[in-house]
Amino acid sequence: MDFLTIIQLLDSTVRLATPLLLACLAGLFSERAGIFDIGLEGKMLMAAFFSAAVAAVTGNVWLGLLAGIGSSLLLAGLHGVASITFRGNQLISGVAINFLAAGMTVLIAQDWFQQGGRTPSLIGGGRFTPINLPFAESLSGVPVLGPVYAELLSGHSILVYIAFLAVPATWWVLFRTRFGLRLRAVGENPAAVDTAGVSVVGLRYAAVLICGLLCGIAGAYLATALQAGFVKDMTAGRGFIALAALIFAKWRPWHAMGACLLFGLLQAIALRFQNIELGGITIPVQAMDALPYVLTVVILAGFVGKAIPPRAGGEPYVKER
Amino acid sequence: MDKMPKWADVVLIPLISLFLAAILSALVILGIGEDPVAAVKLMVDGALGSTYGWGYTLYYATNFMFTGLAVAIAAHAGLFNIGGEGQAMLGGLGVALVCLLIPWPHWTLALVFAALGAGLFGAAWAAIPAYLQAKRGSHIVITTIMFNFIAAAVLNYVLVNLLRPEGSMDPATARFPEAVHLPSLHELLAPIGIEFSKSAPANVSLLVAVGACLFVWLLIWRTPLGYEIRSLGKSEPGARYAGISSVRTIMIAMLISGALAGMMAVNNVMGEAERLVLNATEGAGFIGIAVALMGRNHPFGVFLAAILFGFLYQGGAELALWTSIPRELIVVIQALVILFTGALDNMVRMPLERIFLMMRKGQN
Repeated sequence: MDFLTIIQLLDSTVRLATPLLLACLAGLFSERAGIFDIGLEGKMLMAAFFSAAVAAVTGNVWLGLLAGIGSSLLLAGLHGVASITFRGNQLISGVAINFLAAGMTVLIAQDWFQQGGRTPSLIGGGRFTPINLPFAESLSGVPVLGPVYAELLSGHSILVYIAFLAVPATWWVLFRTRFGLRLRAVGENPAAVDTAGVSVVGLRYAAVLICGLLCGIAGAYLATALQAGFVKDMTAGRGFIALAALIFAKWRPWHAMGACLLFGLLQAIALRFQNIELGGITIPVQAMDALPYVLTVVILAGFVGKAIPPRAGGEPYVKER
Repeated sequence: MDKMPKWADVVLIPLISLFLAAILSALVILGIGEDPVAAVKLMVDGALGSTYGWGYTLYYATNFMFTGLAVAIAAHAGLFNIGGEGQAMLGGLGVALVCLLIPWPHWTLALVFAALGAGLFGAAWAAIPAYLQAKRGSHIVITTIMFNFIAAAVLNYVLVNLLRPEGSMDPATARFPEAVHLPSLHELLAPIGIEFSKSAPANVSLLVAVGACLFVWLLIWRTPLGYEIRSLGKSEPGARYAGISSVRTIMIAMLISGALAGMMAVNNVMGEAERLVLNATEGAGFIGIAVALMGRNHPFGVFLAAILFGFLYQGGAELALWTSIPRELIVVIQALVILFTGALDNMVRMPLERIFLMMRKGQN
């Protein structure tokens, strides 16, 4: 494997890790506040469709992004109503949201565009275009660092940079602000937060809505930047890989970035090479597909470090009377 | 004292939830510019109007009975087995191996061993998440989700690289031999003079599924093991003080759950396709969740809910055939049923409890 191949592979890793990272941070906010969310997949899918649909109709990708975020927020709100207000089972609510998105996107796509559950291909202003960082062109001649800067760091769409900037932002919000402290506390011991006179319900809704916002960006990225348009089931399990990454990262933002880059790399390798020869043994492509899930199970099993979720995760909070 | 009579809990709440889901589905149909009344008519005609329709409805219902029971029995132990899909996929592998590797003299014998193989493979796939939950406290929902994806990758590998017949491009096994062909309802009912559609896929596995419903009922409410499972589901500390081993009970409940999900393959792999194809389960493992919620985890409820979903599936296929409503409408209905009977249960329950309390006060 030569240098350029490695650069291209890493470049593709960054692209593929972006939706995972956004969804993973989305899950991080929600689960740190004690609301399990296995509906990341559904929210991303819904956002992917609405962003592509609105971008296709209006020709403006920013309107598409807004529509995607809006639809994702709607589903997040539904999750909030079910799991916070009505204290329902958060896991079941997540399952319902995934199916709702899988069904509704195709139904609406068929009704609006009659193209078998897809949107028209996005062209021109309907897509997020790559941003070239300053001097990328002129610096590409510099050995080693030139290609790294020009190929790997430069030339991504704005959402990629937003996703990676969201990592320090998430860390700062969660660990350096009062809101973040309270949000984490509500995921560990909501009764204590309630005693301090802070609204558990309000904090949890805030967390769920932030989750919806980030999932919305993730979905919009899939349909308007990574690909040009929506196709049926285009998230293809990314919401669950993000969930796996979240557990892999043990609910910490910087580790989440590491996990998402690792899983993104696995996807990039699986995409580029079909079967990999490694010292005489052929690793089938299916093994690469399954690896993120296997790694997560191993981490969950606690053989290699123990993943301990926020303590109040999954439990509806009932105020003492 | 209970806030509500039992019948309200068992019958009224699911019916109201179903009603709400139906209204929203009708609004969705209206929204995409179709007539809900005509759609329902078409679904009823297509799914229940002929023995052909019934044959498909019952075929789907058979799948859902197995996966619904799988979710239900795990739920009694307080576990959410979301991995029915993966367990059913592995069950398919078990069936395929039993049917392809051993020359069976007669389908009855093959059915028994195929069911065993399917159950064994399904149970094995549930065993690891069960062990991790019981021994190491890893959340079973997450591990079973992960195992669904791992199952898909394993099956993909096995079908593409190992079981695909030479020269075939299709990632599927060879056709099963003629001897393991399961009699369809047409072949079963013809000798006693009942005319049933020849081309419908419902087959003898339906009886196995009904037997499984009966078995689960006996197990849950008529055996000590069932008592232990239910105690664990109600309260883990309570069960522990009563001397019930939670590790053992979780393991057994999940193994039975996985085996039931796996046994679905007898119907769809052996009874219908007669070979193992990629994505043979077609999401039936997930529909089991809706079926179990709808049926309130009771085998008889699961039986009824499975038939309801069989009807929806066949009716949805007819809709997709004759109107511009895509099949995904069924996914939406399924989502709404899960939402209302599962996650938004309290939304229906709280006002109802208030009404019953008021009625009781009025009487006194």
